[in-house]
Amino acid sequence: MEIQKRKEPSTLMTFLSPVMAIVLTLIFGSILFLALDKSPLQALHVLLIQPLSDAYNISEMLVKMGPLLLCAVGLSLCYRANLWNIGAEGQLLAGALGGSAMALALIEFDSPLALVATLVAGILSGMVWAAIPTFLRLRFNSNLILTTIMFNYIALYLLVWAVHGPLRDPDGFGFPESALFSDATTLPVLADFGRVHLGVLFAFLAAIGAWIVLSKTHLGFQIRVLGADEPAARYAGFNSRRISWFVMLVAGGLAGLAGVAEVAGPIGQLTPVVSPGYGYSAIIVAYLGRLHPMGAIIAAIFLAVLYMGGDLAQIEMGIPIAVVGMFQGTLLFFLLACDFLINHRITFTKSSFKG
Amino acid sequence: MSATNTTTDNTPRLALANITKQYPGCLANDHISLSLEPGEIHALLGENGAGKSTLVKTIYGIVAPDKGTIFWNGRPVEIRSPAHARDLGIGMVFQHFSLFETLTVKQNIELCLTPAQLHEIGDLAKRIRELSDHYQLNVDPERYVHSLSIGERQRVEIMRCLVQSVSLLILDEPTSVLTPQEVEGLFRIMRTLSAEGCSILFISHKLNEVTEVCHHATILRGGKVIDTCVPSEETPNSIAKMMVGDLAEQDAGYRKAQGTKPVLVSKGLSLSAKQPFGTSLKNINFELKAGEILGIAGVAGNGQDELMAAISGEDGRPLANVLFLDGTEIGRANAGKRRRLGLTYVPEERLGRGAVPEMSLTENMLLTNHKPFVKHGWVNWQQAKSYTQGLIERFRVKCHGDHSEARSLSGGNLQKFIVGREIEQEPKVLMCSHPTWGVDVGAALAIHQALLELRDQGAAILLISEDIDELFLLADRMGALCDGHLSPIVATESTSIEQIGEWMAGTFIDIEAANP
Amino acid sequence: MDIELLTQILFAAIKTGTPLLLVALGEVICEKSGILNLGQEGMMLMGAVVGFMAVVATGSLGMGILGAVLIGSLMSLLFGFLVIHIGANQVATGLALTIFGTGLSAFIGSGVVGQTIQGFKQLPIPYLVDIPVIGPALFNHDILVYSAVLACFILAWIVNKTRIGLTLKAVGENPHAANAIGIKVLRVRYLAVMFGGAMAGLGGAYMSLVYTPMWVENITAGRGWIALALVVFASWRIGNIALGAYLFGMASILHLVLQGLGWSISPNLLAMLPYVATVVVMVIISADHFKEKLLAPRSLGKPFDPRQMA
Repeated sequence: MEIQKRKEPSTLMTFLSPVMAIVLTLIFGSILFLALDKSPLQALHVLLIQPLSDAYNISEMLVKMGPLLLCAVGLSLCYRANLWNIGAEGQLLAGALGGSAMALALIEFDSPLALVATLVAGILSGMVWAAIPTFLRLRFNSNLILTTIMFNYIALYLLVWAVHGPLRDPDGFGFPESALFSDATTLPVLADFGRVHLGVLFAFLAAIGAWIVLSKTHLGFQIRVLGADEPAARYAGFNSRRISWFVMLVAGGLAGLAGVAEVAGPIGQLTPVVSPGYGYSAIIVAYLGRLHPMGAIIAAIFLAVLYMGGDLAQIEMGIPIAVVGMFQGTLLFFLLACDFLINHRITFTKSSFKG
Repeated sequence: MSATNTTTDNTPRLALANITKQYPGCLANDHISLSLEPGEIHALLGENGAGKSTLVKTIYGIVAPDKGTIFWNGRPVEIRSPAHARDLGIGMVFQHFSLFETLTVKQNIELCLTPAQLHEIGDLAKRIRELSDHYQLNVDPERYVHSLSIGERQRVEIMRCLVQSVSLLILDEPTSVLTPQEVEGLFRIMRTLSAEGCSILFISHKLNEVTEVCHHATILRGGKVIDTCVPSEETPNSIAKMMVGDLAEQDAGYRKAQGTKPVLVSKGLSLSAKQPFGTSLKNINFELKAGEILGIAGVAGNGQDELMAAISGEDGRPLANVLFLDGTEIGRANAGKRRRLGLTYVPEERLGRGAVPEMSLTENMLLTNHKPFVKHGWVNWQQAKSYTQGLIERFRVKCHGDHSEARSLSGGNLQKFIVGREIEQEPKVLMCSHPTWGVDVGAALAIHQALLELRDQGAAILLISEDIDELFLLADRMGALCDGHLSPIVATESTSIEQIGEWMAGTFIDIEAANP
Repeated sequence: MDIELLTQILFAAIKTGTPLLLVALGEVICEKSGILNLGQEGMMLMGAVVGFMAVVATGSLGMGILGAVLIGSLMSLLFGFLVIHIGANQVATGLALTIFGTGLSAFIGSGVVGQTIQGFKQLPIPYLVDIPVIGPALFNHDILVYSAVLACFILAWIVNKTRIGLTLKAVGENPHAANAIGIKVLRVRYLAVMFGGAMAGLGGAYMSLVYTPMWVENITAGRGWIALALVVFASWRIGNIALGAYLFGMASILHLVLQGLGWSISPNLLAMLPYVATVVVMVIISADHFKEKLLAPRSLGKPFDPRQMA
């Protein structure tokens, strides 16, 4: 076997690599199911086919896809600019918290403006949560990865505190939950057969918008240059601080929107568990989608199917829900390994088999 | 070991027979043969890309040849690794040094020795001091490498070889980073070593040095041995013909120009180093005039990068009242603003700064020349594409088209593209860092002519280069940088290589201090 | 504050700081070779669950430690293969390792949630333990606490005084130069990465075998990330890491202190403290950009491909 560096990266492999990674992950998963004495075929059917088997399941899948896609679009922009924002989860939680506070404050206020105010509050909260690490990075040069991670934990505890404290439903028998939001601050459902809400539509619009920005505007071009080659961006005189602020605030805003859309959508109130780790999974969505907003749509659908399938597999086959997280990690590993083939070519020669 | 080391009269220290190395798309070494006697200083000559580096890497065990045999003291050997090469007695001083800046001189040398060698030497620091005295290397074992000058670091590299008692020393373009005075010191060391029986393989493209110090020379072109000669019987000109072939166009002397009004003025520019081990700029004063080329000489690492970054705005720190572009104070403007005011720049690193490696030529054109193609934030890609196609044609950039990635171009072609891109923005001031470094003769000539044409159209050009010959060829006025100080600026016609050489070594600094 | 409480606080700070210390010691060696492994959290969790399961299965704490160390190095080997051999992005691969470890540990550990084991016994050091106040606080710990302290001294000696340390620093500063003088860069990096993995596994095992001792999902609660911050905080110096780890240990138990003092603050707000402290420390440390650049291993995070030498 011989490994050669390609002169130019292979476009074919760029798109084939995620497919190969998925196939390898499924093979790995099948082996694991065999080891657990579960039928791999049945497990894969429940995990991947059943979520798409009827309109209700598809609509549930789309409900899970919404927050994944919103977060992943923002992360794609950040990663394109080489900013390692791992904080989508915290920004999502901050959005849920800020949005809930607004929705509960406006619980008596019966007007379409109440919903707008709730969404804006969520978006702004997500932005604030992204702005702090961005400021610390630009002003004090602190490591963005670590600060955004820390802010995820801080957001989580802040949310848990709020739901046990100031935002707890006074009539809720002491359960750590807020009151149910009023209809005016709940996202309208788009179809009558499920829970697909306005937030899902926002996610698609965000992906399309990000794609246009990246490919058609000078700002998008600057983002790509900054990420690909920072000295070149500095040399060209791009304002890297402005670019950093832009992508981080957009990412924070989108994640915040994802958070508020969860509480004002399918959940309908603030609870301690708003997200099953959408913000972390979005990292994988962004990568699997090749940091391209359109790719993120396909990748988000795949991961949403996996989330749905995980629920179903737990109910129907008694497979622990943690299988979802494990599949996601495995997927990212295989993806990184397959990406080697984008810049390298492996050829099998006769001599290599001799020894 | 000792039996084979005692060389008889006619056993060469090193002999290469038909060394061949094929890289994808490039035959780097094509049946190269040569031999070195004990104590011989042998020059390996050739243009960039002639195959010199690959050949020495083969001898030092970094590259394995596809074909051919290496004879060491008459016996065929297969040199498996640098460690094996050093075991045999082959030492190498790299063009880009392989020292560790965060370690001391002694620790650096220690890393290259096997435990057995260390045991044999005993007190390493003492041994370093002895050798340092013997060869006048002036190396202190306890100092940290980051505190040493380039010349001192080179002597540490040589010391690293001497400690291991090498019998063949390979020097890869050792003089390109030295001042003329330091070069003399290096030659003295080389002659001492040669007299003691150590063979030296000396790689250079500076022909006057070769005629001065080398006993024999082998000339490579396109991976092949083109000719051999005894340098003392040749002139630099006759060797140059062998190196580049008879057809090569040579730069003729160019007409010098007189600048008009000052467009880029620096008044007492001082700036502390931003990077660890960087150079601080100390009270830099100059006036760059429209219609002239101002050349700045200096050994790498004496503040060139810092000066360029300060003027271009890449440094990012505001400077009050020291920099003026056409009368406007620019010290507080960011790099983008300075570009809009008419300052363009050809940086030293082509890939990774002057151009984004994995982006197309169209995108790389847009990198600095976006004004005509961006309306209200939207990029007109169609227009950018057709302009880029024209740029490629006008500057004869060899590539597959405007969609080619920057990294797929050869150094010379990419440089022509970058120079063209910066020139066509019709700048008031063009800054140029090492514009022809690593570029083939044809492209260098094209770049020289493009710069002179721009000058004659009335632009001001600031040219930084380590190549003194190029500066004398192009610059109308000259100065030198040393340790962040800028020498006085003089007309090229009224100075000499010796004076600039002294300034590169910093002789002007004391005078300046005496008369502040 | 009464003396009894002071002793308890010191005791708890050391116990809480120990897993951080173990993980950070591994990571600093890894980073000195030029590899940034963000997978500490994942490796810790795997170490915690495998260690715990091994003890449940065999009843032997030694087997638990062995299992944790093995799984940690195995996972880091996977990471090492991707970043050292294939040249994958270190940040992305480290994240993948964390996501993978989080998922896999929850998956395989779902069967042992709620089970209890007998953790490590305390080993009071004779005579020293009788010193008032600090005796019971410092010299009445389990074997892992003492081992962590011992590891600090041994590692500091190896890094600063031996040829191994010199080689490690050389590889981390300039892998190309190291390769040119014949150092086996890839081998050094693999070993450093695997050492980091083993220590992370051990740190995780400390959580499940000593600190709690039990297994729940996400038992490490971000300690792997805090350990990463600790390495930056310590400016890549072993001695500072020990100091930092115990200080962070102190910050993590501050809520116990405040509760002990009779302050009533929501435990959820107090639980934020270690993370807030990490951010504050990071800001203070990194503000001096110049210094950080000087101290960080020069090639940290950059891939090295010996095939590109020619």
